[in-house]
Amino acid sequence: MKTLGDAWAWLADSAHWAGDDGIWHRLTQHLVLTVVCLLISCMIALPVALVLGHLGKGGALAVNISNVGRAVPTFAVLVLLLLTPLGKWGDGPTVVALVLFAVPPLLTNAYVGMRGVDRGVVQAARGMGMTGRQMLWRVELPLALPLVLSGVRIAAVQLVATATIAALAGGGGLGRIITAGFNLASTPQVVAGAVLVAVFALLVEGVFEVAERVAPRWARGRGSAG
Amino acid sequence: MTAPPDDCLARNEWICGEYLSTRRQILLDAVVQHLQLTALSVLIALVIAVPLAVLARRWGWAAGPVLALTTILYTIPSLAMFSLLLPVYGLSASLVVAGLVLYSLTLLVRNILAGLRAVPEDTRQAARGMGYGPVRLLLAVELPLALPAAMAGLRIATVSAVSLVTVGAIVGFGGLGNLIYAGMNTYFKAQVLTASVLCVVIAVAADMLLLGVQRLLTPWERASGAARP
Repeated sequence: MKTLGDAWAWLADSAHWAGDDGIWHRLTQHLVLTVVCLLISCMIALPVALVLGHLGKGGALAVNISNVGRAVPTFAVLVLLLLTPLGKWGDGPTVVALVLFAVPPLLTNAYVGMRGVDRGVVQAARGMGMTGRQMLWRVELPLALPLVLSGVRIAAVQLVATATIAALAGGGGLGRIITAGFNLASTPQVVAGAVLVAVFALLVEGVFEVAERVAPRWARGRGSAG
Repeated sequence: MTAPPDDCLARNEWICGEYLSTRRQILLDAVVQHLQLTALSVLIALVIAVPLAVLARRWGWAAGPVLALTTILYTIPSLAMFSLLLPVYGLSASLVVAGLVLYSLTLLVRNILAGLRAVPEDTRQAARGMGYGPVRLLLAVELPLALPAAMAGLRIATVSAVSLVTVGAIVGFGGLGNLIYAGMNTYFKAQVLTASVLCVVIAVAADMLLLGVQRLLTPWERASGAARP
């Protein structure tokens, strides 16, 4: 309990919030990093998954990429990239490692969502004379949306959590507060940093939860969309 | 004065046979530590997860809190998790194990519970009709039928644990992660690549092993694919 009190005291000290090593700056870095990586991952994974799902090909590929992705430690990828020429390029290695980490869940969820669309509905659309492109945009994607979005949610929360690892390799973000605490042997700072990251991750989870509640009915979870 | 050796270690190349032969013992120790940390934490998580899932299945009201708690635990970043447990365990291997247990717990409880819930009511009633008591029903009917889903969860948990152990390098108990961390600071390419590849090899080997165990334990499942969470 004493540690939590110390951590709270550390957080309450306004000196720890300002400046380049301050909490606000680290929080902003963390947020920007997460959003940028999420956008890049979505731009890479979603088109591929939607097209593969529409064509009904590459299912094994989508699932296997996801499994392999889980086996590769993000920390190892980050350090490997850091030692390549890419390492000189600021946040480059971090972004690449995090994108590689976020692509598999996006890919798998979107693909499974597309394949889960009722075949009867798809055939009815084809019977109505829709082209492949029309079917993808107007029938399959709207019906697959709940699962696609749940993939985005999983990726976002995991990105927030994993972006901390960037700090181990000297990058920015909230993880930096933790690693700095370790280097200073300051347990209150380590715990305070950990609480900050955990709260941030839960907050992102909460934002998605709320967004899902207020979203139109067709974009919600499987249960209500049917 | 002898000239400095001109080998791949001196040239700091990515792939280096010299590294493998001279650091064999270091690599071996790291792999052993990695395996110990992974196995111990997944086993402890399994021992906790099975009763939790069974309880959540028995008493419907317990399912919500159990799932919510494990999900919150999973959302906490690994680096933060290790840090939050720091005051409790100090800089020790138990710190890493405790963190990994909390992570594996989510995946296991979720999957075992899903497996138990998927047991058809007809099957349970048939067993009851044959005079099975609640304990025998659980041990002889429900748990075996939940096995494919549970094993799927176990495989995911194990593979994730293998990769998460590396983060334990922050407290000095990260198995191969220690080598990656040290290699990063000294710009030692061969060490980073070798340790990273070994991590992936361990994860894939563990996954294959569990898949084999699953096939042996559930001969009736062979025709269909493995259950997914």
